[in-house]
Amino acid sequence: MATSTEQPETEQDETIARPPTEGEVRIDRFFQSTTRVLAWLTISVVVLVVALIGRQALPAINRYGSQFIVSSTWDAGKSQYGILPEIFGTMLSSVIGVTIGAVFGVMVAIFLTQEFIPRWLADVFRNVVSLLAAIPSVVYGLWGIFVVIPAIRPACNWLHHHWGWIPPFSTPLLSVGMLPAALVLAIMILPTVSAISRDAIAAVDPLLAEASFGLGATRWETILHVILPMARRGIYGSVVLGFGRAIGETMALAMLVGSSNVISPSIFSPASTLAALLANKFPEAASPLDIGVLMYAALVLLGLTLLVNVAGDFIMRYEFRAAPALAQKETPP
Amino acid sequence: MSETTTSLPPSSSEEEGLAFLDRSLARPRTLFDLCMSGLCGLFSLAAAVPLFSVLFMLAWRGGARISVALFTELPPAAGMEGGGIGNAIVGSLLVVLIASVISVPIGILGGFFLAEIDPESRTAALVRFGAKMLTGLPSILAGVFAYTAVVLLTGRFSPLAGGVALALLMLPIIMLTTEEAVRSVGSEVKEGAVAMGATQTQVVWHVLFPTALPGILTGVLLALSRGAGETAPLLFTMTFSDYWLSRNPMEPTASLAVLIFNFSKSPFENQKAVAWAASLVLVLIVLTLTIGGQALSRRTATSRSVA
Repeated sequence: MATSTEQPETEQDETIARPPTEGEVRIDRFFQSTTRVLAWLTISVVVLVVALIGRQALPAINRYGSQFIVSSTWDAGKSQYGILPEIFGTMLSSVIGVTIGAVFGVMVAIFLTQEFIPRWLADVFRNVVSLLAAIPSVVYGLWGIFVVIPAIRPACNWLHHHWGWIPPFSTPLLSVGMLPAALVLAIMILPTVSAISRDAIAAVDPLLAEASFGLGATRWETILHVILPMARRGIYGSVVLGFGRAIGETMALAMLVGSSNVISPSIFSPASTLAALLANKFPEAASPLDIGVLMYAALVLLGLTLLVNVAGDFIMRYEFRAAPALAQKETPP
Repeated sequence: MSETTTSLPPSSSEEEGLAFLDRSLARPRTLFDLCMSGLCGLFSLAAAVPLFSVLFMLAWRGGARISVALFTELPPAAGMEGGGIGNAIVGSLLVVLIASVISVPIGILGGFFLAEIDPESRTAALVRFGAKMLTGLPSILAGVFAYTAVVLLTGRFSPLAGGVALALLMLPIIMLTTEEAVRSVGSEVKEGAVAMGATQTQVVWHVLFPTALPGILTGVLLALSRGAGETAPLLFTMTFSDYWLSRNPMEPTASLAVLIFNFSKSPFENQKAVAWAASLVLVLIVLTLTIGGQALSRRTATSRSVA
């Protein structure tokens, strides 16, 4: 009671400002070093991921070397392993998926920013598209099996029947295959591309567009010749990041691509990807050699994604480097 | 100039003089413009179709199986009728809880380091780069990491291994959103506290943390929604179980995501129906977390712009 009545007086007499006590300084040092250690933990986790997977893969690397990457046999009975079909499948599915996803994603970004629809509707639409990213990939896989495959099968088989001499249509679509997997991949990439492209397009100085309109350009002449070129780095960056996601996407592909160890030019043929290989083979792997081989495949996948992500990060950073620096650090006296 | 033109009959001359400003579809430029606009709208509407198709299928095929039994019973064996996803829901909650216990403290404190303790240092730049690389880490590789780091070490599949895998995916989301939320706190508030003689720790806990809390929570919710939906990292870290959690939790455990994956390949109608019902439950959980996070961040954004 006594202290509470004294409180206002002391506040009137002197300010509450005072130098920190020794204990507070000690707590401060402790807290700062804790956050520093935890920050370093993040870096060491990244190193640890590479190191642990690399160490487990080492026996397989020594045994198979580069043969592993260029061979297309996978025969556990003969202990022969090669992941060329998986690398091919990863690349093909990603390229098809990202191409479709990028076209739709950039179109959505343009549609949302260029005043085609009222502002509030654009906000609603943007949230709808961003929800696409929230659906778990295993649900997309299920949806792909029960909706996408039955929906596209008649068209695909018609193409095969009439234009089967063209290599991409050289096999019929039985059930699972490259195209349904790539289509679902495109849907999963779309929100990434559209969100980053939207920000890049919205960041273009509106004066440029007004100047273009003033010179008599139509809306699409302005979009294609002024706005998109100005926003191109952000769009490239979004596509590269989308590509990085596509390479590593696992469940939808494991459920839809068919896990078939073949290299086929047909987009209707079953295929396999690195991530799908890991998802399908890892739960059954028993012997150390099996595990080593899968670790080698994981290492290849890790290398690919790191490469693509570093490239995407580099493009994005180059794009936004000119942006004003964020809040500067305050140094206490 | 305008005086002289008004003296002439206004309608005809003005129309002729300004004819080049008319939008005529006969001109290729205008036609191209219209076609592109139509195409753009069409593509954008098409982009929204999958979401509604997924939601419709979930409501139709998953909604048909929603009942009390779904939440209280064990998954149906091959060829059996009935059954539920009770153990999978419990398992999913457990593994996400373990992942949060690991990733939330590290993520938030690491985010404070990036935003406040030493933001311009080389360490911070390196951590940011590492966190970005982790954001792009394929989820299956998080599983491979947890397999080497936990499963090979403990010799068994467990929710702990699954939790470590999910934590690896949640950590960068929490860390980077925390950094952003803390950075967006106005520097006047911070300077005021520093001027009072507060240590950096006091500034962080008494000023920055409460102010940035909604933003930080948004990141945590988004991370939780990502973790709850992930399947690939759980496939060979905690695998699956047809039974309830036993008293010893270091055993293979069921999860919603792996249940959906397993039953999606099933030839039995009942198991497929359960997979759809499990998808509905999973999507409802994930969307609630995501929309909750977005609403939280929107509310802070508006209150900040008003202030």
